[in-house]
Amino acid sequence: MSIRFTKDHEYIRLEGDTGVVGITDYAQQQLGDVVFVELPEIGKTVTKGAEAAVVESVKAASEIFAPVSGEVIAINSDLEGSPAVVNEDPFGRGWFLKLKIENPAEMNDLMTEDQYVEFLKTIS
Amino acid sequence: MAANAEKLKTTPLHARHVAAGARMVPFAGYDMPVQYAMGIIAEHNHTRAAAGLFDVSHMGQAFLSGPDHQTTATALEALVPADVLGLERGRQRYSQLLNEQGGILDDLMISRPAETGEDGRLMLVVNAACKEADFHHLEINLPDTVKIERADGRALLALQGPKAVAVLARLSPGIAAMKFMDARAANVAGIDARVSRSGYTGEDGFEISVLAERAVELWDKLMAEPEVKPIGLGARDSLRLEAGLCLYGHDINSETSPVEAGLAWSIPRRRREAGGFPGEVRIRSEIDEGTLRQRVGLRPQGRVPAREGAGILDAAGELVGEVTSGGFGPTVGGPVAMGYVVRDFAEVGTPLSLVVRDKPIAAEVVKLPFAPHRYKR
Repeated sequence: MSIRFTKDHEYIRLEGDTGVVGITDYAQQQLGDVVFVELPEIGKTVTKGAEAAVVESVKAASEIFAPVSGEVIAINSDLEGSPAVVNEDPFGRGWFLKLKIENPAEMNDLMTEDQYVEFLKTIS
Repeated sequence: MAANAEKLKTTPLHARHVAAGARMVPFAGYDMPVQYAMGIIAEHNHTRAAAGLFDVSHMGQAFLSGPDHQTTATALEALVPADVLGLERGRQRYSQLLNEQGGILDDLMISRPAETGEDGRLMLVVNAACKEADFHHLEINLPDTVKIERADGRALLALQGPKAVAVLARLSPGIAAMKFMDARAANVAGIDARVSRSGYTGEDGFEISVLAERAVELWDKLMAEPEVKPIGLGARDSLRLEAGLCLYGHDINSETSPVEAGLAWSIPRRRREAGGFPGEVRIRSEIDEGTLRQRVGLRPQGRVPAREGAGILDAAGELVGEVTSGGFGPTVGGPVAMGYVVRDFAEVGTPLSLVVRDKPIAAEVVKLPFAPHRYKR
């Protein structure tokens, strides 16, 4: 399984040429209790680094950026009724959306798991 | 650590918060817990179900002292629109320090000690962000006969929720006899304290003032009780918002009058008629003729919160107001907000929209509070 991370604490997990996007455990802890996730429309094209979703926590709203460019082919409709699942299981049931990856080379710009772990040490 | 690096002040309970794993944030110049391990929603719910313990020692405590109650009360009445003269021994009142324009400098609690030996004394609790300005304002405006004595050597804890009285009664027999807005000296777990039955959550609860050197001991004794959990500033904000209570600097400020803020209930008839407080011309005319705008409760449809600064639009899409406080209400189970609207749109049930990320979200004016008050009157 290939997974990559951004400096904004999004992850993208490869499943074939599809990327499953969500936020990391560090991000959900920083945000606090999630009360709502605004997801994009299926079919929307996102560019790497552009806003793909918005997470509303109790205290504030935070933008989630597309780790790579692509087309939104699925969104996690479970989040509407149970936004707290983002806090409980950010890598599993708390996924946000799936992208059909336009340019697989963009994945190489992202951090590997080891690099992300090192990155967390510099900011914690 | 962060507190030293940024020269933030700390309360006597700082080490307890850090040891409990609290996320600490700067607030009014203090390093304060915004939440503990439970998280804001769980802390909020716990307070409404059991007993939440808050460190509010950052707030400003002070005593006014004069030769007798009449002198001290009269002096304070020149600065606030409350009935202070008529404040009985052992009672507390909510009011506002006003400026010459009738705007609010700060809101505060005023209590009169129960003991006859303390005649002429009043205890004040003001907001942390305003305390320096408030104490300065009081000092320069009080007559020579009345002194202000800052109580920086005191800590303040709040125990709030339906189980608070049961907890406190174990540590302070007789405390259950207090009614909402009573204030008295009491011994709590062997510690001399000034206790009021009041708070900032809409729940039954108590605020407990002790000398700073006894604060940790009091905290530990309360935390040892099974119903008690520590609650941070994040939940303090969601609790007071659901209770429809104003937050200074957001819902009320130096430009808002108590009348447009919906606080005219704290200005009794004697004061309305006689005046004698700053801004009386504006305030009396607002009471008589109504205000241009009013603070209202707002319920966005759906789940997206509308936060401070969001524009309020009428059915035609015209701007008629602004959100001053907003977020998620765990007890209500959805987003809640307060704001000011032009008075034509203040009626309960008025359909409005709130602008969030440039999109209008349908909402309506609702009656405050969002969660019913459960004071023990």
